[in-house]
Amino acid sequence: MAIEVRDVNKSFGATPVLRDVSVDVESGSLTALLGPSGGGKSTLLRVIAGLERPDTGTVRISGVDATRLSPQRRNVGFVFQHYAAFKHLSVFRNVAFGLEIRKRPKDEIRKRVMELLELVHLEKLADRYPSQLSGGQRQRMALARALAVEPEVLLLDEPFGALDAQVRKELRAWLRRLHDEVHVTTVFVTHDQEEAIEVADTIVVLANGEVVQAGSPGEVYDNPANPFVMRFLGPVTEIGGSLVRPHDIEISSGPVEGGSPAVVSRVVRLGFEVRVEVKIGTEEAWVQVTREQADRLALEPGDTVHLRPSPGARSLVLSAV
Amino acid sequence: MAKHVLRLTAVAYILFLLVLPVGLIIWRTFGDGLGPFVEALTSPSAVHAFKVTITVAAWAVVANTVFGVGAALLLVRHEFPGKRLLGAFIDLPMAVSPVVVGLALILVYGRFSPVGGLLESWGVQVIFSTPGMVLATVFVALPLVVRAIVPVLEELGDEQEQAAHTLGANRLQTFARITLPGIRWALGYGVVLCLARSLGEYGAVAVVSGRLVDQTQTLTLFVEERFQNFDQPAAFAAATALALIAVVTLLLTKLLRPKDLSDGN
Repeated sequence: MAIEVRDVNKSFGATPVLRDVSVDVESGSLTALLGPSGGGKSTLLRVIAGLERPDTGTVRISGVDATRLSPQRRNVGFVFQHYAAFKHLSVFRNVAFGLEIRKRPKDEIRKRVMELLELVHLEKLADRYPSQLSGGQRQRMALARALAVEPEVLLLDEPFGALDAQVRKELRAWLRRLHDEVHVTTVFVTHDQEEAIEVADTIVVLANGEVVQAGSPGEVYDNPANPFVMRFLGPVTEIGGSLVRPHDIEISSGPVEGGSPAVVSRVVRLGFEVRVEVKIGTEEAWVQVTREQADRLALEPGDTVHLRPSPGARSLVLSAV
Repeated sequence: MAKHVLRLTAVAYILFLLVLPVGLIIWRTFGDGLGPFVEALTSPSAVHAFKVTITVAAWAVVANTVFGVGAALLLVRHEFPGKRLLGAFIDLPMAVSPVVVGLALILVYGRFSPVGGLLESWGVQVIFSTPGMVLATVFVALPLVVRAIVPVLEELGDEQEQAAHTLGANRLQTFARITLPGIRWALGYGVVLCLARSLGEYGAVAVVSGRLVDQTQTLTLFVEERFQNFDQPAAFAAATALALIAVVTLLLTKLLRPKDLSDGN
C-alpha cells in the first residue's frame, strides 16, 4: 500500500471534519476522493500531505509512519486548486524549486526540468512568468513542479476546479494519460462525479467526514452503498418506493406485469436522448429514453404510460419515511 | 464652474501650506549662493548632527524592519490569544504624541528609575544618549513597516508557502525564497517610509536626548537650536537638507508603490 490512513479524526474548533476515516491507496493507482463540498475530502488530502495534523489516527506513506512528519519530509507532491505558482519565479525556476532545495547539480536540474516541461507541453514557455500563462498552463506547471522531486505520492486538491469546462475536460483526459505514463500513485479530490468516474480507477466517496463507500467506478456506480451514493454518482428517479437510474426504466403504452401507470407531463428532447417527465399518482419522476423509443411511442403530455425497472436494473429500496 | 472653483481652492491650499513655506526656505538658503549653504552644512556641529541623525535612523530602521516583518508574519499567518490586542498596540504610536513617548521613556529608563538605574550600574546610559534616541525613534516609526507589509501578506496567501514546504523547503528557506520575494516591494516601501519618519523625528528625540549640542543633537534639533540662536543661515541650510532628503524618499516611495501593486496580482 502506498498510503494507509487509519482511524483519522480531525476537528476545526468544535466542528468535526473527519470521523474515523480509514483509506487504503494502492501503489500506482489513481484514486479519487469524491464527495460534496464540506465533506472533508480536501482536509483528508491535506492530512496525507502533512499540511494538517490529525487529532487522532495515523497516516503511513510507503509503509513509514508519517503522522508526525512535517510536509517537507514526506516526499509528496501537492497540487493546489489555485495553482500556488511562485509568481516571482519563471516557469523553469518554479519546476526547479524542489531540486534546488535538494542542492542537485545544475546540469542535472536543467535536464530534469526540461524533461518535465516537455511532459506537460510547456517546454517553449520555460522563461515565461506564471502571470503570462493561462490557468490550464499554470496547473500543468504546478504538476511538473510537484513531479520534479519524484514524490512517493502525488496529491491533487480539486486540480481542475478553477478552470473552465472545456479546459477541464482536456486536462482530465491528459491527467489519465500522464498517469499511465508516469505511474506515480495519485490521489485527487473532486466534487465532480463525472470527473471521478472518467479519470480514477478507485473512488472513495466521503460525506460528512466519513468514508461512505470505496471501490472501482463501476462498483460504486452500479452497487451504491446507500441512496446518498446512488444520488451523488448519477441521475436517479423514484418509482414504486425505489431509487432507479432513469435509463434503467422500461416504458410502454400498454399495461405490463409489475408496472405502474403514470401520466406524461412533459417531453424534453436533448439531442439523442429524450427526457420524459411523468407523474405516478402525485409523485413526480422522469425516464430517459432514446429518440427512437420516444418516436415509436409517440409520447405526448397527457398520455398514460406504464413504467417498470428494466431487468437487471440496479435499484435501492427507500425505507418508508 | 464648480470644477474651476474646486481646482483653485486645492491649488491655493497647497500653495499657502506647502509650496510657499518650503519655497521660501529654499530661496533664503540659496539667496546668497551655494557658498554659505555648503559652509553652514560643513560646520563641525552640523556634521556631527548629520552623523547622529544617520546613526539613530539606521538603528531604528534595522530594528523596525526586523520587528516589522516578524510582527506582520505573526499577525497574518498565526492565530493566538491577544492577536487583536497586538494589532492595536502596533498602531498606538500613530495616536500618541511623540512628546508623551519621550516622557514615558524617561520614566522607564531614566537614571532614577529601577530599570534605568540597573542599566546605569552596568554602564549603559539610555536617556540623554544614543540608545534612548534610537528607542524613541523606533517607537514613533513602529507601525510603518508592519502596516506596509500586512495587506500584501494577506493578499499573497499561504498557499505558495505550503507548496514550498511540500517541495522540501524548511521554514527559513521558504521565508527567504518565497515569502520575502513576495513582499519585497511592500517591504521596501515600508523601510523608506520608516527612514523618512526616523530622519524627521523631533518631539520624542528632543525629550530623551537632552539636546546636548555636539553630543545628542540630531539634524532636526540642530535646525531648531540654530534658529533660536539667530543663526538663520545654518538653520535654513539644515532645513533645506532635510527637505531634500524628504523629497528623495518621496520619489523612492513613488517608484516602489506601483510595482508593488502590479506584483500583487
